[in-house]
Amino acid sequence: MTAQSKKKKIGTNIIIHGVLMILVIICMLPIALVVINSFKEHTQIVGNPLSLPDVLHLENYIQGWTNGKFARGFINSIKLVGSTILIVLTCSCLAGYVLAGKRIKGCGGISLYFMMSMTVPIQLFLFPLYFVYANLKLIGNIPATGLILAAVYMPLSVFLMRTFFLAVPRELEEAARMDGANTAHVIWHVMAPIVSPGLITVGVLIGLQSWNEYLISSTFLQGEKNFTALLTFLTMNGSYGANMGTLMASAVILIGPVIVFFLCMQKYFVDGMVSGAVKG
Amino acid sequence: MKKNRMNWNYLLIAPSLLISFSVILIPGILTIVTSLTDWNGISPKINFIGIRNFLELFSDKVFFIAIRNNVTWALLFLTIPVCIGMLVAMFLLGRKKTRSIYQIAFIIPYVLSPIANAMIWENMIFSPLFGLVGYLRNLGIDISSPLASMQSAIYACAGVDIWHYWSYLTIIYLAALRQTPTEQLESARLDGCNGWQLFRYIYFPSIRATVNLMFVMIVIGSFLSFDYVKLLTGGGPAHSSEVLGTYAYSLAFDSMKVGKAAAAGLVMSFFGLIASIFYARLSRKETME
Repeated sequence: MTAQSKKKKIGTNIIIHGVLMILVIICMLPIALVVINSFKEHTQIVGNPLSLPDVLHLENYIQGWTNGKFARGFINSIKLVGSTILIVLTCSCLAGYVLAGKRIKGCGGISLYFMMSMTVPIQLFLFPLYFVYANLKLIGNIPATGLILAAVYMPLSVFLMRTFFLAVPRELEEAARMDGANTAHVIWHVMAPIVSPGLITVGVLIGLQSWNEYLISSTFLQGEKNFTALLTFLTMNGSYGANMGTLMASAVILIGPVIVFFLCMQKYFVDGMVSGAVKG
Repeated sequence: MKKNRMNWNYLLIAPSLLISFSVILIPGILTIVTSLTDWNGISPKINFIGIRNFLELFSDKVFFIAIRNNVTWALLFLTIPVCIGMLVAMFLLGRKKTRSIYQIAFIIPYVLSPIANAMIWENMIFSPLFGLVGYLRNLGIDISSPLASMQSAIYACAGVDIWHYWSYLTIIYLAALRQTPTEQLESARLDGCNGWQLFRYIYFPSIRATVNLMFVMIVIGSFLSFDYVKLLTGGGPAHSSEVLGTYAYSLAFDSMKVGKAAAAGLVMSFFGLIASIFYARLSRKETME
C-alpha cells in the first residue's frame, strides 16, 4: 500500500470515529445530565444544570427512594413482569412447537392471524377491554394486567419460539418417540433443553418490554398502591415544586437496574431483536 | 393412535390463541360494534347511530391535525433514523474491534422506558428552568421550550422518540449487512469498487428485504405512536401535537365518547392495514421476479 492511500485511510478512519463519537455523546448526554444532577441540590441545578457537583448529595437518593415509595413500586413491577413472562413463555413455547412442525391443520391461518395481531394498534381493543375489566373489578389487578401484556407480546414470542424449534433436528424427536416418549415427554425432556436459549431470549426481550410498558399499565393499573416503579416516578414528576435533585436521583434508581440488566443480558437481547426482523 | 396425537397438538396451541382471542380479537370486534353506537362507557343505554361517529370525526378539525401529525411523524421516521441507522451500520460493519462498544452505547436509550426517557428530556433538556434550554437562556440565547410552541411541539416529541429509536435500525441493518455473501464482496473489490459502489451494488441489494420490512414497520409504527406525545405534551398545546393515538385515548377517557374513540381507533388500524397490504404485495412481487 502506498503512503498516500494509507494516509487517506487513516483520515477516513478519524472522520468515521468522529461521527460515531458525536452520536455517542448525543445518546449519552441526557442520561449523563441525570446522573450528574442527581448528586446536586435543587438550587444548584437551577443555577447551572451542566456544572459538576461539588459535594455529593447522597441524601437525594434516600429521599427519592422513600418519597417515591419505590420499594412497593419495584415489587409491583416485578409482579407485573413476572406474570407476563410466565404466561408468554408457557404459551409461546407450546405454540411455537406446534407451528414449527406444522403439526395441525390451519398453521398458515394461525400464523397469519398472529402476524396481523402484531400490527394492530392497542387502541383497537383497549376501550371495550377497559370497560369489561372495570365491570369485572379487575382494574388495578396486576396479574390481570400482565395477561393483557402477554397477549400483546404473544405473536412476536410465538414467532421467535417457532424459529428456535425449527432448529431442533427432527430425528431427535423421532428417536425419542421410538423409545415410547409421549408429547409431554418430548417437549420437556427432549426439546426444552435445546430451546432453552430461546426461552431466555424471549424472556429477556419480553421482560424489558413489559417493564417499560406505558399505555396499558397506566390505563389498567389505577390506584397508587398498584403503581409500578415507573408509574410512581411519573406521579412524582407531575407534582409541582418537586425537588429536582431528588427527582433525578429517583430517575437513576429507575434506569440504573435496567441498564445493568441490559449489559448482563445484551447478547440475548440483541439476538431477540434481530431474529424478529432479519430474514436469515 | 394418530388421531390421539393430533388432539394433543390442538391442546398445545389453545392457550396462546385463547388469550389472544379474548384480549385482542373479541374486544377488537366489540370496538367495531361500539364505533356504530353512542355509548359513553357507563350508561347501559346504547343506541345504534350508524356511521354518525365517523361523519363527526371527518368534520372534526383536531382529527385532521392528528392525521397530519401522524403523516409528519412517518416522514420524519422514514428519513432521519433510517439514514443515520444505515450510515452507522455501514461504519460499524468495518470496525470489528470497537463495534460492540459503540453498539452498547447507542442502544441504551432504546432499552429505557418511554416514561424515563420522556421525563429525562422534559426536565434535563427542554425545561426552561432546569434544563439545557434554561442554561442557554441564562447565557442570553433567546429560546423557549420547544414543547410549549404550537409549531414545534410535534417535532420535539418526534425528536425524543427518534433519539430512542434509531439504534434499533442500526442493529437490524448491521445484522442484515453481515449476511452479505463474501464471494460477491471479494469479486467487487477486485473489480475496484469504491465504498459507495460497494454499498449501492452489493450491500444494499442484499439487505433489500430487511430494508423494506423496516420501511413498512416504521409506517405502521408511526400511526400507532402514542407514548412520547402523551408523556411530553399530552397532545397540546391546543391540540397542535395530537396524534390519532392520543386523540382516540382522550376521546374515550376524558370526553367519555367511547363510540367516537372506537371509530378513531378503527381509522388508526386502517392505516396499518394499508401498509401491511402494500408490504404483502411488494414481497410477492419480489419473489415473482
